[in-house]
Amino acid sequence: MTGNVIEVNNLEHSYGSIKAVDNISFTVKQGEIFSFLGPNGAGKSTVINILTTLRKLQKGEARVNGYDVAKEPNSVRRSIGIVFQMLCLDHEMTVSENLEYHGRIYSMKKKERSKRIEELLKLTDLESKKDTLGKDLSGGMKRRLELARGLMTKPAVLFLDEPTIGFDIQTRMRMWEYLREIKREGTTIFLTTHYMEEADQLSDRISIIDHGKIIVTGTSNELKNKLGKDLIYLETSDNRAAAEILRSLVSVKNVTEDTKSLRIMIGEDVTHVLPQIMDKIRRGGIEIIIVNIKKPSMDDVFVHYTGHELREGNGNGNGNEKQQGIETAVVSE
Amino acid sequence: MSFEFRAIYWREMVKYFRYKSMLITSMVQPVMWLAFFGLAMSDSFDKLTSFVPNEPGVPVVAYISYMGAGIIAMDVLFSSLFGGTTLMFDKKFSLLRETLASPVPRTHIILGIGLSAVTKALFQTFIIIGFGKLVGMEFFKGYTLVETLISMVGIMLLVAIFTLGFLFLSGSIAITVENPEGMQSILTLVSMPIFFVSNALYPIDGFPTFLKVLSMFNPLTLLAGGIRYFALGTNFSVMGNHYIYTTVDIVVAFLGLIFFALVMLSAAMWRFNKVDI
Repeated sequence: MTGNVIEVNNLEHSYGSIKAVDNISFTVKQGEIFSFLGPNGAGKSTVINILTTLRKLQKGEARVNGYDVAKEPNSVRRSIGIVFQMLCLDHEMTVSENLEYHGRIYSMKKKERSKRIEELLKLTDLESKKDTLGKDLSGGMKRRLELARGLMTKPAVLFLDEPTIGFDIQTRMRMWEYLREIKREGTTIFLTTHYMEEADQLSDRISIIDHGKIIVTGTSNELKNKLGKDLIYLETSDNRAAAEILRSLVSVKNVTEDTKSLRIMIGEDVTHVLPQIMDKIRRGGIEIIIVNIKKPSMDDVFVHYTGHELREGNGNGNGNEKQQGIETAVVSE
Repeated sequence: MSFEFRAIYWREMVKYFRYKSMLITSMVQPVMWLAFFGLAMSDSFDKLTSFVPNEPGVPVVAYISYMGAGIIAMDVLFSSLFGGTTLMFDKKFSLLRETLASPVPRTHIILGIGLSAVTKALFQTFIIIGFGKLVGMEFFKGYTLVETLISMVGIMLLVAIFTLGFLFLSGSIAITVENPEGMQSILTLVSMPIFFVSNALYPIDGFPTFLKVLSMFNPLTLLAGGIRYFALGTNFSVMGNHYIYTTVDIVVAFLGLIFFALVMLSAAMWRFNKVDI
């Protein structure tokens, strides 16, 4: 193996005439957390379903842990753990029975099973809940149990499809802690998310995916740095005219307009550039209403690369993913 | 050889024993059939047919013993027909995903659930035979211990094959339909003709010819007949009808049920391979 746990080349997938995944290639390195960031319907779940052998590969090539997804699905299945987008735990069984069942379907030996269950209950802080029925757990605990279950077989890579969808921020942050801990123990993690913060906080590398294509890939810092050092947010009496003036300035890297405001990317230290900018605009007879300076965030990165904001329903892929997101009730710990 | 079906079996049995309401009702129901329907019918039937002369030299069997075999068959029919419902819920609540994403072959899923249904069916069979003895059902009359044991094994085998067949059928329906209401109505529709066009509760000798022919191909008839062969003997009369079961009959019963189970298994596999996550 080349140090890449996942290798995908020219992957394509269509549902009827709709192309959900359009010629995607990427690699995930041993031991890293890799994120697919994109709106609902961007094709994230389709990619994860192909890589986990739940969907037949239509076109292209994909290898997981060195095994060909199309030709060696069972070897792939033995190499991975999955946390599905929708909660899928057996509510009629206890926490440890859920894990026990998972160990059994993967033919783990009895001794190995009980040792692993103990370790995982500890890792996910569910020791005191081990005899609690699935239905009596809180939303966050259920997710942790699914996390434990995904790790039961010590997989080479753990797939998480929107792991914190519908959770409140505290629960989400706790979940991130657990994921970091799992990474520290050496497990490679591939996750899809439409939460900027999640991708930003957790990932070693991020691919922004939109309309079935990877738009850009890099570390969080790389992506942000491409937007320049600082961002200025402006609201003026005439945004269009202001944008014209700003584009002629050398220190301004890029200007994006939307209906209300301007986003200005700056290549240099903003403290020197700002007075100059404001001066030019005023001299053009335009009134400045609001000024705001900030470091580029993942939101800005996203807008920059996709040309639109990341909101529910921005994608045009299969409506299925969107629906599932809505179905998942908001749960908290 | 892989044994993943044992995991599926384990899970089904854990849940079976966890929910006492399910466990108890499944045990009490056959007893109630015997106690209420059985005793009531057997008294009236025996009264009605008391004037029909019996052939000399042929042992006479009370209706309740005849019907006892039918009650076993009926009970096993219903529990196995409804046994597949678990798959529908597993699919509906996406529990099936975990298993479908694992290396477990799909045959094992249906096989594991099938074997758990067999276990439950055997429990019920024992209960009916045990309780039946108390209310005057004369199974294994005049048998030696060895003969009784052999007969029990025969009955268990028949029940097991029959249960698998109907569970595969029920599983195929469960994996295909989307909602419990649909499942319920299909099962009711399927179970009615199987139940009434059979010899489970009454002899088929009086049936119109086409029903008689139909009932001979009914797995329930094969099962009830087979149980009678093992429990009541090869030569007896009940309600004035003289029954002779031959070795050919029991071989036909076994082969017929095995054939039925295999056909249903392939139906289940066909439906299962179509399941998408």
